[in-house]
This record gives sequence, structure tokens and C-alpha cells, in this order.
Amino acid sequence: MSHHTISVVDLGFVYPDGTRALEDVSFEVGHGEAIAVVGANGAGKSTLLMHLNGLLSPTQGTVHIGGLPVIKSTLPEIRRTVGMIFQDSDDQLFMPTVAEDVGFGPLNLGLPPEDVAARVDEALGRVGAAHLKERPPYRLSGGEKRAVAIATVLAMEPNMLVMDEPSSGLDPQARRRLIGLLASFEHTRIIATHDLDMAAELCERVLVMSGGRLVADASVRDVFTDDELLAASGLERPLGMQACPVCGAAEAAPADRAGDR
Amino acid sequence: MSAIATGLSTLDRLDRLAQQDTAIHRLDPRAKVLTTLVFIVCVVSFGKYDVIQLLPFLVYPVVLAAGGRVPLGFVARILLVVSPFALFVGVFNPFLDRQVVAEIGGLQISGGWVSYASIILRFLLTAGVALVLTATTSFIGICLALEKLRVPDVLVTQLLLLFRYIFVLGDEAQRLGQARRLRSFGHRGMGLRPYGLMLGQLLLRSFARAQRVYEAMLCRGFDGRIRMARTLHFGRADLLFTLGWTALFVAFRLVDVPLLLGRLTTGMGQ
Repeated sequence: MSHHTISVVDLGFVYPDGTRALEDVSFEVGHGEAIAVVGANGAGKSTLLMHLNGLLSPTQGTVHIGGLPVIKSTLPEIRRTVGMIFQDSDDQLFMPTVAEDVGFGPLNLGLPPEDVAARVDEALGRVGAAHLKERPPYRLSGGEKRAVAIATVLAMEPNMLVMDEPSSGLDPQARRRLIGLLASFEHTRIIATHDLDMAAELCERVLVMSGGRLVADASVRDVFTDDELLAASGLERPLGMQACPVCGAAEAAPADRAGDR
Repeated sequence: MSAIATGLSTLDRLDRLAQQDTAIHRLDPRAKVLTTLVFIVCVVSFGKYDVIQLLPFLVYPVVLAAGGRVPLGFVARILLVVSPFALFVGVFNPFLDRQVVAEIGGLQISGGWVSYASIILRFLLTAGVALVLTATTSFIGICLALEKLRVPDVLVTQLLLLFRYIFVLGDEAQRLGQARRLRSFGHRGMGLRPYGLMLGQLLLRSFARAQRVYEAMLCRGFDGRIRMARTLHFGRADLLFTLGWTALFVAFRLVDVPLLLGRLTTGMGQ
């Protein structure tokens, strides 16, 4: 697949219990773009993400990944292309040791054991977790679990990364390392998050969800300065774009902050 | 520490012991699993009044534990915790079976007491050997051996996931228990009712988690079979270990070793 693009058209989804979780959601994501999906709890962010690799099938509308429709027959290809990083790393790390967990995907892809071992080392090295290789997942800290969870996905060499709340539950330094890591990726990235400062740092574009609908699709600068839109969607400006609570100085532009990391 | 925390830390200690590097740990898990199976079959196949004949079997768990640097005190503590089960199984034997089968120094011993002792000894041997096996092979090693020994995939996958998520589930149960304690102010709370509800809560949470774990597995190409890259090597040492011990167990089963020893010593004494 040459184009790492996502195209969502008129997507609607109703849960079996009748909850209308998504309605008329349409957007396009270009090759290599980094996009934040923000919105209040229950706005439909996670449901939207689960459509991007076929964990849920639309009740209405279509999803295309790199030109391929997300339907049952394309799922193996789609799931190799779209790497999904779950909110709770414990859900993602189900194998007895870190190395085996990272090797799970590649082994299922049918790679020979030597290639799997190489990919495991490479993926763990990429996230700075090579030393955790032999550890069982239940003996990792929250930050280590998140790093390993990302490695499990990288080992499948996906073209796109879809992440649900990657920075939740991390201490400030682990969060900072995560942001550095995500910024270094060249994959097409979709990040659902409440961490608006991270969104402002990593992404150029923001999708705002509210009540299952896409209410805004614009640049970071436009969305995060539109106080009316933010308030209506249960959000506020990123802390870095608010006046300083101690000295009262006005915010710095996101572009400046991105520069002085 | 709550009962759950104690249980989890025991499991954790077993797993840490299994990470050691000794000759016993280096043996192929299949050798240890097979040998242990033969051991258990031999032990449970003795007659109901056999006690003395079981004693020689102690050598296997003791040698395994010593060679694998597994502290016997630790094993004994776990055995003590789980022993009530075995103790209750045979508790009525002495009352139901009053026929005298032996007399030691004027003390008459009924068949019930002998069979009770036999049950307890068998429990100590089989449960003890299972613990030592886990502490020298690791739970995962045992799963891997079972897989290679053609135990159905579904069962092995279940065991693997059980071991992985028992810690997560234990933490969750502990948090629920803590939340209850914090608001029951030293009383019994509302009696048993909350426990039932908590158990239901835990079950629902487990369902939800199972769903998410399954989704995560699907995302990485899960097709019903867990593949592991670990390879096992069944070498000469493993073969010797398995055959040697198996031969010994069969000999213990067929020949009454304590009786033989007794005859030898009394024979020499004359």
C-alpha cells in the first residue's frame, strides 16, 4: 500500500443496546499526518477509533484505509497496516514476557523466528525498553507498560498508529518521553486524548467530537483558541495556551512552544 | 496484607524462584512434567492402608527442591495453608473404620487412622511435588511443555492467560475490598450482601476486560492459537533424568523398599 491515508464517510454507529455513538462523521487523513481527536467523555472518540481497524463495523457509512474498504475480507491487511495502542496497557500485554508479547504479532504474520527476534529487538530498542525484554508484564511500571505496548505495535511495522489516551496515567517525565517518542514517528498518527497540551505539541490538526458528531476539523491554532467551541464540547484551552496562573502572563503560541522542547 | 495480596505474593515468589539458574532449572520442562506425572500416578496408585511404602517417594521432591534451591520452609508454608482440604477429606476415617490393623507397644491402631495418615502423606507428596515443579520450571515453562506434549491449544491458552491476568484480577479485587472497608468503619458493613454484589461486579469487569484483551489480540493477528518463539531442547541429560526417576518410582511401587531395608538391617543385627 503506497498511501497511508484514512477516509471516513458518513460514519454512523449504534451500539446493540441502542446507544447512538456516532452520527454522520466524515473526514480524511493524509499521508504522514498527525491528528488529535478530542472531546468530552462519551463523545465517541474511542468508538471512532475502533472503526479504524475494524474492531467495530459501521451501521452506516464507510471507512477506507489506504484505499481499502474496512470489511471482513480486508481485516488481516487492515490490522497489519493500522497499529492500535489501547488505553489500558494491561489489556494489550497478554503474553508471559515482554519479548513474547512483542513477538506475538510478527509470529502471527507468519515471519520466521529469526526475523521475529530481530523485530522484537528493534521495536524494544525504538521505545527504549530493550532492558525489559525478559520481564513479565505484571512487573512493569505504568510508563514501562506503555512503552512496551507501543513496541508490540511497532514490531508489526504498521503504516499508521491509532492511539487511545496514550498519556493517561503517566508521570510527567514518562509523559514527556512518550511525547518525544511519538514526535519522532513518521507514521500517520491518530491520537484520541484529553491531554490537550500533548495534542497541541504533536498534531497539526484537531478533530473535535461532541455527542457522537464531528463538530470541528481544523488546525490546532484555530480549535484551541475558539473558546466558544471548546466550552460547547466540554473542553478548555490547553494549559500552555492559558494565561499563567501564577504571574498572569499571556500564553505562548503553540508553534513557539513546539520549538523549545 | 489481605488474603488476596498474600496469595499473589506467594505466586510471585514461586515465579521468581523459577527464574533461578540451576541444573534442575535448565532441564527441559517436558522432562520435569513427565517425570512428575509418573511420580503422581505411582503415589496415588498405592492401596488405602499403605503408609510406610510411600515414604521413599519423599526423595524426589526433596532432591528436586535442594537441586533447584527451593527453600523447603516456603513449600511447607504453602502446604500448610492448603492442607485443610486434605485434612477434612479423611477426617471421618478413624471413626468409620475401627478395625485394629496394628499394635505398637500395646497401643492399638485402627485402619481408619492408617488410611487417614496415608491420605495426608499422599497429599503432601503430590501437592509438594507440584509446588517444587512450578518453582523450578515456571508456570510458563509448564504450559510450554504441555503444549509440546500435545495438550489441546485451548487449554494451554487458558492457562497462559490465567497466569497473566490473575495478578490484574487480584489487584482489582483488592481495590474493591479496600473501597468497601473504607466505608464500613470497622463494622461488618452490611453483612454478606456486599460481597455477593462485589463478586458480581468483579465478574462483569472481567467480562469487559476479556473483551478488550481479545480485541487487542485480534489487532495483532490472533487466529485462535498462541504462538511462542521459545524452542525446547530435549537432550541427553533430560532423557537420563526422566528415565532414571521413572525407573526408581516404578521400583518403589513394585518393591516394598522399607520392608526390604528392615529385613536387611534386622538380618545383619542377628
